[in-house]
Parts: sequence; C-alpha cells; structure tokens
Amino acid sequence: MPKMKIDGIDIEVPAGISVLQACEMAGVEIPRFCYHERLSIAGNCRMCLVEQEKAPKPIASCAMPVMDGMVIKTNTPAVKKARNGVMEFLLVNHPLDCPICDQGGECDLQDQAMAYGYDRSRFHENKRAVPDKDLGPLVKTSMNRCIQCTRCVRFATEVAGVEELGATGRGEQMEITTYVHKTLSSEMSGNIVDLCPVGALTSKPYAFNARPWELRKTESVDVMDALGSNIRIDTRGAEVMRVLPRVNEDVNEEWIADKTRHAIDGLKRQRLDRPYVRRDGKLKPASWGEAFEAIAARLKDVPGTKIAAVAGDQCDAEAMVALKDLMAALDGARVECRQDGAALDASVRGAYLFNAGIAGIDKADVILLLGTNPRWEAPVLNARIRKRYLAGKVKIALIGDTPVDLTYPVEHLGHGPSTLRDLADGKLAFADVLKGAKNPMIIIGQGALRRSDGPAVLAQARALAETVNAVRADWNGFCVLHTAAARVAGLDLGLVADGGIDGIYAGGEKGDIEVVYLLAADEVDTKRLGKAFVIYQGHHGDVGAHRADVILPGAAYTEKPGVYVNTEGRVQLAKRAGFPPGDAREDWAILRALSAALGKALPYDTLDQVRQRLVKANPVFGAIDQQAPGAWGAFGRSGDVAEAAFVSPIGNYFMTCPISRASQTMAECMANRQPQAVAAE
Amino acid sequence: MSMITADPQDVPHVQSFTFAPEYLEKAKEQIAHYPPGRQASAVIACLDLAQRQAGGWLPRAAMDHVAQLLDMAPIRVYEVATFYTMFQLKPRGKYLLQVCTTTPCWLRGSDAVMKACRSVSGVGPGEISADGLFTTVEVECLGACVNAPMMQINDDFYEDLDEDSTHRLLEAFKRGETPKPGPQVDRQTSAPVGGPTTLTSIPGGAAPRDR
Repeated sequence: MPKMKIDGIDIEVPAGISVLQACEMAGVEIPRFCYHERLSIAGNCRMCLVEQEKAPKPIASCAMPVMDGMVIKTNTPAVKKARNGVMEFLLVNHPLDCPICDQGGECDLQDQAMAYGYDRSRFHENKRAVPDKDLGPLVKTSMNRCIQCTRCVRFATEVAGVEELGATGRGEQMEITTYVHKTLSSEMSGNIVDLCPVGALTSKPYAFNARPWELRKTESVDVMDALGSNIRIDTRGAEVMRVLPRVNEDVNEEWIADKTRHAIDGLKRQRLDRPYVRRDGKLKPASWGEAFEAIAARLKDVPGTKIAAVAGDQCDAEAMVALKDLMAALDGARVECRQDGAALDASVRGAYLFNAGIAGIDKADVILLLGTNPRWEAPVLNARIRKRYLAGKVKIALIGDTPVDLTYPVEHLGHGPSTLRDLADGKLAFADVLKGAKNPMIIIGQGALRRSDGPAVLAQARALAETVNAVRADWNGFCVLHTAAARVAGLDLGLVADGGIDGIYAGGEKGDIEVVYLLAADEVDTKRLGKAFVIYQGHHGDVGAHRADVILPGAAYTEKPGVYVNTEGRVQLAKRAGFPPGDAREDWAILRALSAALGKALPYDTLDQVRQRLVKANPVFGAIDQQAPGAWGAFGRSGDVAEAAFVSPIGNYFMTCPISRASQTMAECMANRQPQAVAAE
Repeated sequence: MSMITADPQDVPHVQSFTFAPEYLEKAKEQIAHYPPGRQASAVIACLDLAQRQAGGWLPRAAMDHVAQLLDMAPIRVYEVATFYTMFQLKPRGKYLLQVCTTTPCWLRGSDAVMKACRSVSGVGPGEISADGLFTTVEVECLGACVNAPMMQINDDFYEDLDEDSTHRLLEAFKRGETPKPGPQVDRQTSAPVGGPTTLTSIPGGAAPRDR
C-alpha cells in the first residue's frame, strides 16, 4: 500500500486509487465538476488541480494514480491560483443567471465559485450562446449554463446503457447533444439532473416550483417497483415537491428510476379524500361513521368463508398485518396478496426472495433471466446487471420475450417453459455454462410465475437452481424479481389463500364469496368479482374504487410511516413526509377503527403496538435495513407446463400503479416514447 | 468556421446511404488494420471514404451507415464527424477552396486570395457558387507557411498565390482542367524562388575533416 503525504498528513492508501480519492481519505476536500465516483474518469474540468512535489505543473488529481512517496499539497498559493484560473475560465461562458436558475442553492458551480473562485472576471466579450436541447418531458435544458463536464454523457453511456448523448463540435462550438434531435430513451434519465453540477439540466416537472431551502426532507422508501430504492421526499407544506435518491450501496447505489422520481404528481390527482357509500347504484359521500355502519350492516351474519380480502401492490406491512388480523377475527376469512395470480409459495422464504441480494449481482458470473424484463420491472436493478456486464467475464441469457433492448448483450435461449425444461435436462449448451459457473444466478420474473402452470415453472426453476449448484451455504443464486413493493412483506405475513386470486374470482362469480375487501388493490379484475359487496380502502380513485360499494380513503406511501420489504427481503422503514388529504387516514388506523365498529377490536392502538405485532407475526420485520436470508426447502409443484411464451407483466413502464396512472408526467413520458417505439418496429 | 457545425435538420435529407463496392472494399481494408473488436478505430478513415462517395459531404445517412458498419453508437460517429474540420456536414461545391488566413498567409496576402475566390465564385465564404463548382472557406494554418499564401482545393495544396494566379487557377477549374498542384510561381516545392542560392557548386579537394 503506497504511503504518501497530503498537506503534511502521512497516510497509507490502497494502491490503484486516484490522488483525489486519497485526499478525501485524508480529510482534504478537493473541488471537482467532472469527477464522479460512479462514472469513468474524464479529467476535463481541471478543477481538481493540486500541487505534487517535484512535478513541474499542477496535476489533475482525479486522473492521477497514487504512487509511493508522493507528496501532495492542496493549500499552497500555487493551487489557489490554479483553482482561481480554472474557475475564471469556467465562468467565461457561464451566464450570471443564478437568480432565475433552478439549480440555485444546490449548485456545485455556485458553491465552488464562492469557495475557490476569484471575485471578478477579466472577460469583457460576449458569452457564447448554445441552443437548448429537447431531452424529453423530464429533463429541462439550459445549455448556455453547461460547463461540458460530460457527466451526463458518461451516465447515459455507462450506467443507463443508452448511447444517445454526446459532445459534438470542438472548442467554443462544443455542445452536449443527441445531435439528431431525439429525446432520451432511458428509464433512468432523471438521474442526469442530479449529476449535472450546474443548472444546465434541471427537472422539467419541478421547474420554478421551489428553492431547496424551502423544502422539508424526509427519508423514505420507493414503492413504484419492488426494489425499495432509498429516496428522499422533499415537501413544502403538504405538497410533495420532488423525490431524490438516497445512497444505499446494497440497493440502489445512488440512482432511482424515472417513475420513482416523477410519478409524484399523481399524488395530487384523483385522490380519495372522504369515505363514500354506494346508494341506489351511485357512490355518495359519507362520513366515516356511515361508511362503517354500511360495512357492519352488510357483514352481519356473513360467515368468514364468504369473505375475502386482497392486499394491494403498494401496501405497507402495518396495514397488511392489520388486515390479516381483522380477517382472522371475521371467522378466518381469506386474505390474498398475490393480485396478479403469481404462483409464489409463502411456505419457504427462499422461494420468493431475490436471495443473492441486489448487490449479489456484482458477484454473479452467469445470469439467467427467466420470464423477466428487468429494464421495465426494475430499471435500477437492470443498471446493476449492466454494471456487472461492463465489469466483464459474465454471461447473460434470457428465456422469454422482451420488447426492449436490455442494454447489455443477452443470449436468447427460447421463449417458454419448454426451453427451461431443456435447460434443466442439460440439452442446451448453456446448461454447461450454468454448471461451470462459480456463482450462477437465476432471476425469475413474475412473467414466468403468473400463469396457470406457474407452480410447475417454479418447481422447474428450483430444480435447475439445485442442479447447477446455485444454492449453497455461501451463495443462493435463486432470485425472484418482484414487481410489487408490498409483495414480499405480504408473503412474509402469509397473506396467501388456497386457490389464490383465481379462487376468489371463482367464488365471486359463483356467489360463494359475498364480500371482498380490497386494500389498495387496483390490479384485480373487478369484473370477475360477480355480485360481491366490495369494500375498497385506498388512496386513488382507480380500478378498485370504481367497483366499490364502500370506499374508505387511505394514505399513499408518502403520507404514512411504514415498513416495506423489498424483493431481496430487506426490511426498510419509510417515514411520513406529509398527511393524507381531507378525511383520509393511515391504513392500519382505518382497519383498527373498522374492527371496533364491527365489534372485533384489534389489540393495538398505536403504531408501535402494530409494529410489535408485526415482529410477532414474523421476526424478520424486527431487523430494519437487514437482508434476512431466506430458508431453503421444497417448493413448487411438478406438473405439466403450457407452451406459451413468458411475457413480462409490465407492458407499459410508465403506468403500473394508481399513482403513476394518475400522473400527468408519466402520461407525457408515454406519449413521448410511443413515436420512437413505432419507429423502431 | 461556418462549415464545421451544421444542424442535421438544416441540411438536405438523404434517404439512404450504403458503401459502393469499391468504397466498401477500401473501408474493409482500413478496418483490417485494427484488431478484432477495435474496428471503431477505423472511424475517421471510413467517414472520409463515405464523404468521398457522397460527393464531398457527410449526410446523416452516411454517418449512420458508418456507425452500423463499425458497430458503434451513432452519436459516437457524430462526435467524430463534428470534431474534425475535414468532414463537411452540409453540401458544398465541387471544389472546396480552403483558404489559409492564419498570420503568415495573411501577412503574405491571403486577403487578395479571398478576394479572388469571391469574385470568381460570386458568393461569400460557406456558400455554394451558382454553377455548383466552388465553396470557399477560411481555415486556420494548413502547415505550408513557407509557401504562403496558399489554399487547399479538395485534396491538393496550391501555394505561393496572389490575386492573379488565384484567378487563373479558378478559371482553369471552371474550364474543367486540373491545374498542377504546388507552388504557382517559379519554384520547386519550398526551395528558393528562381533556383538554388546555396550549395550551388560541388566543393573541390578533401573533405574538411580530412584536411
């Protein structure tokens, strides 16, 4: 390990890192614009110049590897002068429009000009003017402000995997552009706004809405996909202004998907803000008391076998445990969380988790995608697979159909279960690749499981995983990729009923089920509930609410403290960023109040008590931020499989939940994407 | 520098482009210079070939074709094509007159050369003459300062120009002739005007070191 001296501090650093990283380890701050930990090194902004003893000129510390015996100085007059000079050049063509710039207050250039800049300019000529670019409905451009750090270009190329941005021209004519006037076709384009160190790329939906110092910041967890990306919700008053990523190396690193970031305008539209009761075929506003009375009147004398409850895709664990307890109190009514009918087995935890963990992708050397399109099901996870691909020495194969380029080369083995069977029987060449792998990973999407032969497919996948030695004491490469944020918590709570969602449909159609309780469940086929009395508890006037006989207004994910378990089984805590609108309430509290109205009061009155109940129901909920490993055992059911191809459950990335369906921004993204999709055909 | 950056929306739309067999052969020869997987290194050579085939400029279709041939993202090819001044991104006349106006040429009379170009072509820098023959551009140093002032016409240097010789040169091009490249005065390449001034005789006797 090289020993070096930084500003008089002796420090030993790992070999192969840059001088800039070494300086950070020594606690010395180095200003920078183009350097970013997760992107390749460009070395073009020159802001990180430092003095190296015996070097004739200042060195760019981001691009200089550390060497033994280096002596670095960062606080000498020469360094100060170098930084002053670089800053003066950067500001030559940068407009002085900070008062009308959305980046103001969180601008790297502004901060560093204050800290390291010179307080006047010697440039009296006209600044250059650059035409603004149209990068789509999410990213607003103001290219005059661009300092050509190329972070956005590197992000698009390396992380997002869409090589569409570039720097054309040279010298004063250099521009960041797609050149051919197209918009970015990435599901992660919002991240370039965070990366831009100046105000050249800002968030279009958030444009001119707020200043950073007006916002209250709340740490939370995303529910738009099953990844559980760590987010920060910025609110002003009751209004959610924007969502930004939080760093979590094990989950989302520091990226979030566009739906996570920009579906939030859906929180303001189509909200349920008071209870409704259907009278004479029409939903009429009601008070909480009236709504509870209507439910109590209908539930009277209905046996538990004729009641069913469905938990939605974005529910917090607290609401789901309260639902479970309430249904248990109603003579053991059934509760189901697998709205899409996926053949997930709740009896063995290893059967429904992304067992290797999201960070485990970095260690996998062969990846088999089974009936999944990770680019739309979990864009950030897809970026992680791409990161693994860029690191080299990995083989990725796919069984199933995907409508998009996954941003890394994939060997397409086949379309459906027969290919999986051939692979398990060793008939395909790829079987040997899987067997020879050190850490094989099999990612099973809901597209492979939400079909009538799902249990058989699951059994086949398990058999394959065991054959290729993917399940060992030190590695479990059996990975289920969920699409719903609430699913793992639901399975951990055992919210599975015999016959699944199809059993409920059959009961509804036959009249065996008289009452259906939808807890924010909007992906159910309400036409198949027959004449059942439907109670909908949720936050949006979506599919479930349209069919409902009684509506109980609940809270969206930003409006309640909640526990979520992501696809890898990591238990995460989301804090409340605001309050639900109008008469709407937190979901567990609604269930608790309803239980009292039904005369079956649940034994908890505070959130803490609910959480204690959660831990009692399943101890995994006690380990916040931990990825509790799943037990392994026999699961799935052998049987015949159909020939139909695996199809990903997500046909439209931008609209997958009540919030995103209500979002105008997401509608714009869809409209923007469609011409490209048509052109590609 | 008006010829360097051109918005693809402002140039004539070319529907499709594919290398003709003779150009494709040359492109493949260039690609073969590099190891497999490094074929992108041949991008400049391929763009040059495409530009020659397309009539002296690079339509977007040609750049896309090169990108496809070299398995590169199109934007990476656009970056290269917009960076180098040798690539023209909008149509130009049959003869591209690149007049050097950097200091040595300017001191030796490049203004007169520009004036002659304007009067023969009838249009200013960056425009195409009515007969479609000429486009004049001002360029920075082409590295022939010893023969200043000079200009590059397509692939050849024409040197030691003045207003009259530029006129004569361009009129010859108009007539369809190809004047001899190089100095337009009595001079062998960059040797002194009017013949050698040193080393004019072979010294007699023993070499100095032997004396």
